[in-house]
Amino acid sequence: MLEEILVSVRSNPHIDPVMSVWGWEISVYLFLGGLAAGIMFFSALMLLLNKDDEAPFSVNGLALLGPVVLSLGMTTLFLDLSHKLFVWRFYTTFEPTSPMSYGAWILILFYPVGILQILSTLRKGYPYVANLVNDIPPVAGLLDLVERYQRLIAWLAIPIAVALGIYTGILLSAFSARPFWNTGLLGPLFLVSGLSTGAALTALIARQHSERRLLTRIDAGLIVVELLVVALLLINLTTGSKPQLDAAAMLMGGSYTGWFWVVFVALGLLVPLALEYFEIRGSASSILMLAPVLVLVGGYVLRVIAVDLGQETTWINYQNEFNTQLLDRLH
Amino acid sequence: MAHYAMVIDTKLCIGCCDCVVACKTENKVPEGLNRDWVVEATQGTYPNLKTEFRSERCNHCSHATCVYMCPTGASHHWNGTNIVLVDPNKCTGCKACIAACPYDARLIMHPGGYIDKCTFCHHRVEKGLDPACVSTCPTHCMHFGLLDDPSSNVSELLRTREHKVLAPETGNEPNVYYLI
Amino acid sequence: MGAGAVVSPLLLGGCSAHPLPGEGKVSRTPTYCDMCFWKCAAFVEQENGQAWKVTGNDTDLHSEGRLCTRGTGGLGSYEDRDRLKKPLLRVTGADGRQTFREVSWEEALDFVAKRLQSIAADYGPDRTALLNHGSGANHFKHLMRAYGSGSNAEPAFAQCRGPRDVGFELTFGEGLGSPERTDMEHSRCIVLIGSHIGENLHNGQVQTLAAAMRRDATLITVDPRFSVPAGKSKYWLPIEPGTDIALLLAWMHVLIDENLYDKDYIERYATGFDQLAEHVARYSPEWVYLETGIEPRLIRTTAREMAASAPATLVHPGRHTVWYGDDTQRSRAIAILNALLGSWGHKGGLYIKESVQLPKYPLPDYPKPKTTFRTAHGDRYPFANEGVSNALIEASIGPDAHYKGWLVYGTNLPMTIPGIRPQLKAAMDSLELVVVVDTMPMEITGYADVVLPECTYLERYDDLRNAGERHPSLALRMPAFEPRFDSKPGWWIAKQLGQRLGLDKYFPWEDYAEVIDWQLKQVGSSLEEMKKTGIKNFPRTRPRYFSPGQAVHFYTPSGKIELYSQQLADKGFDPMPEYTRPEQPPEGFYRLNYGRMPAHTFGKTTNNPLLFQLAPENTLWVNPLVANEKGLTNGEYVRLANPDGIVSNRIRVRVTERIRPDSVFMAHGFGHRSRRLHLTHEVGADDSELMTNVKVDPLMGGTGMRGNFVTIVKETV
Repeated sequence: MLEEILVSVRSNPHIDPVMSVWGWEISVYLFLGGLAAGIMFFSALMLLLNKDDEAPFSVNGLALLGPVVLSLGMTTLFLDLSHKLFVWRFYTTFEPTSPMSYGAWILILFYPVGILQILSTLRKGYPYVANLVNDIPPVAGLLDLVERYQRLIAWLAIPIAVALGIYTGILLSAFSARPFWNTGLLGPLFLVSGLSTGAALTALIARQHSERRLLTRIDAGLIVVELLVVALLLINLTTGSKPQLDAAAMLMGGSYTGWFWVVFVALGLLVPLALEYFEIRGSASSILMLAPVLVLVGGYVLRVIAVDLGQETTWINYQNEFNTQLLDRLH
Repeated sequence: MAHYAMVIDTKLCIGCCDCVVACKTENKVPEGLNRDWVVEATQGTYPNLKTEFRSERCNHCSHATCVYMCPTGASHHWNGTNIVLVDPNKCTGCKACIAACPYDARLIMHPGGYIDKCTFCHHRVEKGLDPACVSTCPTHCMHFGLLDDPSSNVSELLRTREHKVLAPETGNEPNVYYLI
Repeated sequence: MGAGAVVSPLLLGGCSAHPLPGEGKVSRTPTYCDMCFWKCAAFVEQENGQAWKVTGNDTDLHSEGRLCTRGTGGLGSYEDRDRLKKPLLRVTGADGRQTFREVSWEEALDFVAKRLQSIAADYGPDRTALLNHGSGANHFKHLMRAYGSGSNAEPAFAQCRGPRDVGFELTFGEGLGSPERTDMEHSRCIVLIGSHIGENLHNGQVQTLAAAMRRDATLITVDPRFSVPAGKSKYWLPIEPGTDIALLLAWMHVLIDENLYDKDYIERYATGFDQLAEHVARYSPEWVYLETGIEPRLIRTTAREMAASAPATLVHPGRHTVWYGDDTQRSRAIAILNALLGSWGHKGGLYIKESVQLPKYPLPDYPKPKTTFRTAHGDRYPFANEGVSNALIEASIGPDAHYKGWLVYGTNLPMTIPGIRPQLKAAMDSLELVVVVDTMPMEITGYADVVLPECTYLERYDDLRNAGERHPSLALRMPAFEPRFDSKPGWWIAKQLGQRLGLDKYFPWEDYAEVIDWQLKQVGSSLEEMKKTGIKNFPRTRPRYFSPGQAVHFYTPSGKIELYSQQLADKGFDPMPEYTRPEQPPEGFYRLNYGRMPAHTFGKTTNNPLLFQLAPENTLWVNPLVANEKGLTNGEYVRLANPDGIVSNRIRVRVTERIRPDSVFMAHGFGHRSRRLHLTHEVGADDSELMTNVKVDPLMGGTGMRGNFVTIVKETV
């Protein structure tokens, strides 16, 4: 028997007994970041594929949601910072070894491209807004200009969306100290999940039947890919080192099993996939809205599981000999 | 580059935790927070037993994942040494370094919100003194010095005694060594 | 400008917000520590007028510049917000309820002096006793002797080191002193029998033991529990509890049987060897194995190891030695074993101590007290050369009690003496005056008529430290801070009481610093010098060890080391230690084993905020087999009950292989009941209240505490 205990009390807040430095703020941020990536990706892709008729909302209206969703995400990210006054420090440096530094700059790049996307589709997507501003001479000229480069802007948006989507996963997977995160599969998983939630959200909002149908088909494909990545991730974990096996145990028969298998895999992937399959076959249109909602919920639950479980996995785990709650008496 | 190491003799350590109090007072660590701690590891079944005491802290890794992960350069290797410090004026409190540390050796400063950790008492090292924990240890089980000086006590101890580091498989190249 | 001044440090990285420690204005004041009785010399450092840290004085022999955990945490005692703040006077309200009222020093001191005067008038000043502990007690010993009392007792004798000191005095004519005269830094072989150096953090002991370990000395630890030093030892002998004397006799048996003892030393210095040889002949390792569970081969091997390193072999005398009621004899056995190895007076064994010949401040002689603590002993405890606390307490109960008043200084009697609470209550009801001087609202203050708040050691002068050591030295304690709240130094309290009792001539100083300065000037130093150095070391005037063949006079009746003690025989006791089989726990009960943790000096420090953060509670060690049987898990809280129905406070379970299945273990000093100790109140269990089966040592009154049994009661919450 190995008995390994802390004989001096250690109870650093959010680090002991298990790490919980990142809470809902980060899960929401990663979810919204992925969603924003999906939004930017599909708005650009549909434009490039000339899907004006089949998917008019995707081509002309969707891009507006990108900066909005991302801004919400960045707000929660900001809320998470514990030394908030120094947030500007992200932008006085570029740290080539830090994924978070890349992320900070990717977020910054997202905005100009996203705004250009909106402007280049404003007249078609939001004609009443365009009419309001069209009389201001430089605005009209500006809109003319960006419409001319509409396709170029879309081409720019595709890599930024992919980078953002992958980044939300790489951010976690770069932490070698957290065995659950430390796999290259988190990047693709979060990218696919981000795209899937983006497609689902679009399907939810779009009015035109053909557009819903198109996005549902795309989403079904993405879910299949996502299931494959999840399978690879599990294989990777269950064949890994001891700390990874411990992490796998939390999924396969531990504190996260229910959330992972029931909520994420079943409700978030398999059920919507089935619904989408029936929808594509034209036999289940009455419960149309349920599939994208489940996909969105599943996408968020995936981020929660990844953030929470990942922090709990560790190389070293000590128990205190003494009851740390007694320290409350100090205050 | 000056390569500092701490060498702790688990055969001598009695787990008295003096190092923990010395750190708290020297560095004015706020109530309830700890930059160092003591672990007792017992193996075997009565009466065939073995106990090891370890005073633990930031390992001031040569391959410091916390430094690599920091998005602002707040976590850095001090003056080209392996001593890992946090500059509170660059720290956003994003906590990437906390997640990046396989030893859970970092903490959130309270109040303040920036990230805090063991500094190897670099303010004392600069003056040619040992870190506070080392200088108070009543069993003299803790040693501090330069690994790139072959005549230093830490180099000598690592040459002549069996030793280990914590979780070497993380690849962080920690610089707190335990004589076993 | 205004806005810029605010914004710029915030946004542009104003480094001024994060200064490094020690960058400000640093000042330091010398002291010697009062966190335990080791009295290590230290410096109190302040930065920009704020308390910063306490560190060891490099020139000090007690600490070698390194304080222990508690010493380093000394500031916590100064900062403790629960400290006694104002004098308290017990008052009875209209509803009959007794409470404490905060009063002025004037009122409190007048009250005490008036009661002391009336006790002196009605019964005599000798009928007031002082119960005390700690270095600040000297001021009150002085007061009491000037007043005319000859009765003083410290639990440190009958509840701690008494049997050891008496055992060694009976054998060598001298005790061990504090710090002990152990020469471990030079030992080649050290035997710890029931001593837990490392769990107790007696600084010099820990440092010299560590020095021996660094030099690869052979360490032999005898302990039923896998203690910290057991884990460091070449030989760990997991002995059956209570059978130490059998093992010690077996070791003597082997040394004599195999001719391994120091013949020249014994012939030259000792008396009674033939009787001893005959006495231990029947304690063969084979016979002793059945009692101790230690294999004969191991007994022989360890005896040979001891002999191989002798005389640089130390069989450590320990300190807390009140266990089974035959403890003076057990310490005698340790002393005799050391004699056989020739370690007393030899390098690596027990050295000759030397202190400074420090003149006393010139004062008139004390009056001769009519009675002393021996009156309380009656015809019991013939070898108690100090007051036995229990005896003094017993002599304070009832209308005809000998004692009518108590002054209690720095000792928390309810948690110090086993199972004493009912007697304390009875004494409190009988006594006409109970005065408690303390820094903290310990339980004992609840028994007081008057509570006088003393300031901590960091805020006062006390006597110079002048302990016998490897060489003579003096250490200064001076105030680093102004006393917080309305607390006062002990010397001031004693002087104020002295003046009110008409004893002015015994207190001719305005400030105790004058006494210290006068004394220092007699030995070629001064207060001014000591305020800088804190320590003054002096050369030895006589050798530290015996020289070869030196004639030595021991302070025993025979002038020799008494292996056979005629003194004991004359009083009807065993002249040589005999082994008695210990009581076994009843079915379903476990032996209550208690000890120390390095972060605390018993209950004295458990409320210290710095140390509380380190180790806020004690845990109950139980073997995994017991945990399995009882369905206990790590971290759950249980209570302990003894056969007399006493139930302890809640204590957290620690399942560990380091304890035998027939015993449980906890650190002493927890389970405080005083609500005014807000950190440690009701935290952990108090072993001493479970000790209702006390075996008193008939030689000197020590209260044997190890024969207590408990059962584990699961919490139903």
